[in-house]
Amino acid sequence: METRYLPYILILPVTLFLCLFFLYPFVLVAQQAFWTDSGWSMQNFRDVTGHWKFPISLKNTLYLAAIVVPVQLVLALLMATMVRNMKKGRDLVLYVWTIPLGISDLAAGIIWLAIFEQSGFLNSMLSGLGVVDKPINLLTYQNPGIVFIAIALAEIWRATAIMLVILVAGIGLIPKEYYEAAEVFGASPWKRFTRITLPLLRPSLSTALVIRVILAFEVFAVVQAIGGTLFPVLMSETFNYQFELLNSGAAAAVALIILAISIAFTVLILRLLRVPKGATI
Amino acid sequence: MTTVATDTPMTDPRKAGRYVYAAGVFLLCAWVIVPLYFLLINTLSSPEAVNAFPKSFVPEFDLGSLTFFAGFAGMLTALKNSILVAVLTMILSIAVGAPAGYALSRFDFRGKEVFRMLILLTRAFPLPLLALPLAVMFIRTGLDDTIFGLALVHTTLAMPFAVLITFSLFSGIPLELEEAAWTLGCTRLTAFTKVVLPLILPGITASAIFAFVISWNEVFAAAVLTIENRTLTAFLLTNLDTSPLHLKFAGGFILVVPALIFIFAVRKYLFAMWGIANR
Repeated sequence: METRYLPYILILPVTLFLCLFFLYPFVLVAQQAFWTDSGWSMQNFRDVTGHWKFPISLKNTLYLAAIVVPVQLVLALLMATMVRNMKKGRDLVLYVWTIPLGISDLAAGIIWLAIFEQSGFLNSMLSGLGVVDKPINLLTYQNPGIVFIAIALAEIWRATAIMLVILVAGIGLIPKEYYEAAEVFGASPWKRFTRITLPLLRPSLSTALVIRVILAFEVFAVVQAIGGTLFPVLMSETFNYQFELLNSGAAAAVALIILAISIAFTVLILRLLRVPKGATI
Repeated sequence: MTTVATDTPMTDPRKAGRYVYAAGVFLLCAWVIVPLYFLLINTLSSPEAVNAFPKSFVPEFDLGSLTFFAGFAGMLTALKNSILVAVLTMILSIAVGAPAGYALSRFDFRGKEVFRMLILLTRAFPLPLLALPLAVMFIRTGLDDTIFGLALVHTTLAMPFAVLITFSLFSGIPLELEEAAWTLGCTRLTAFTKVVLPLILPGITASAIFAFVISWNEVFAAAVLTIENRTLTAFLLTNLDTSPLHLKFAGGFILVVPALIFIFAVRKYLFAMWGIANR
């Protein structure tokens, strides 16, 4: 076989696959969103954004991302620096910390439901300590704060691992000599962290943040398992439009709004953490 | 843990620091494991114990909840569907993705950068949303509510990982090995099957397992695209408001078990996979 054509033959299946199941659905979803019975219009978007639930679900989604992502970033950075110098048991600790990576968001929601539900472990602990004398129903609309905290904790528990893995891989790429040199010049561990680790970790940080932020806007099953209808988010609105209201035009419109927010944040993160051209590790 | 730190003489700050460090590692491990342990307790308790209050903090090793789960109408079919979709996804994503990974690592060709960008781009989008338009497309083509149709969507989710992981695997095998095989009379194909393939097989298995986990865990697309042939995640999600607690917990447990095993199986490759994805 002609070697010149071989690479193209090898990438052909993926290209076809992605055109059919990635690019083409984009065209379709845009078409669904902008098309109504009376032709092209913004009607679907007006309907969707005019609905009373839209501002709440948008606010919930953004608040959740604003709380969860920074906490995860700090936690993941802390964990990654902790394992960097670990000698004994590094593999075991890393395995334990990456377990949530394989756990679905639905399962994570169910796990935290076991803690927060009325006969759950949090109530059992509180009554065991004598704080409450009978189990209180924590996940109701009277306690929006607790619902929010439960969902945020479940998200932090579940998805910190993905940032951790990316950051650990990134820290592994930083040459040890930089740290040794800094130590010779008497830099404190904190100085070493802010002057070496953070700047050199920028490519990994941007990958981790992009992936994590996009996942944060996609939050769905965790919310569904813990909050149900108490805590509407954008993704659950999409789901409702598709299934409860059987309005696929509106569902597509919300989907496009989620896409737009995701792309805006991706661009923002890539701009903020851009590595100047030519400056590589 | 803090009492240990205060018991020791504080004259040596390094020693105190080491205790704080160990306590931190321990606490973070507990943070991951304790919620999983709670789920285990609930799964291995009778339905009555799951709904009772207060909860015991040790499992009673009663299989009541799991038997209830197995006997619940449609649950075992959903479990079977989940496995089938995940296996199909695993096969499809490797079969389609691995050749591209090989091409990226071995050849310089025009459009290589564009192709890489397309692959990376797919990760920067909330892909499950694409299930919405695909639902319409699948009805037209007769793929709606089928295992195969859902596996195709899950393959799209797993594809970027399959390509990038196999790319990094192939890049780890020196080209000289292949060239040596060619000079000894192998063709490109036989050199690949006899020399390269045996070397990367463990890595390929790891990325296949990763694809399995992605499909096994996926909720949104599965719930949108299946009605009769629900997967386990879709089944649990759509029955959340009606199913009793012990059913939810048993279902959650069944979802978690393969994840635990698989992450353990691929732990060596986890960081190599993501390291290459950074560049």
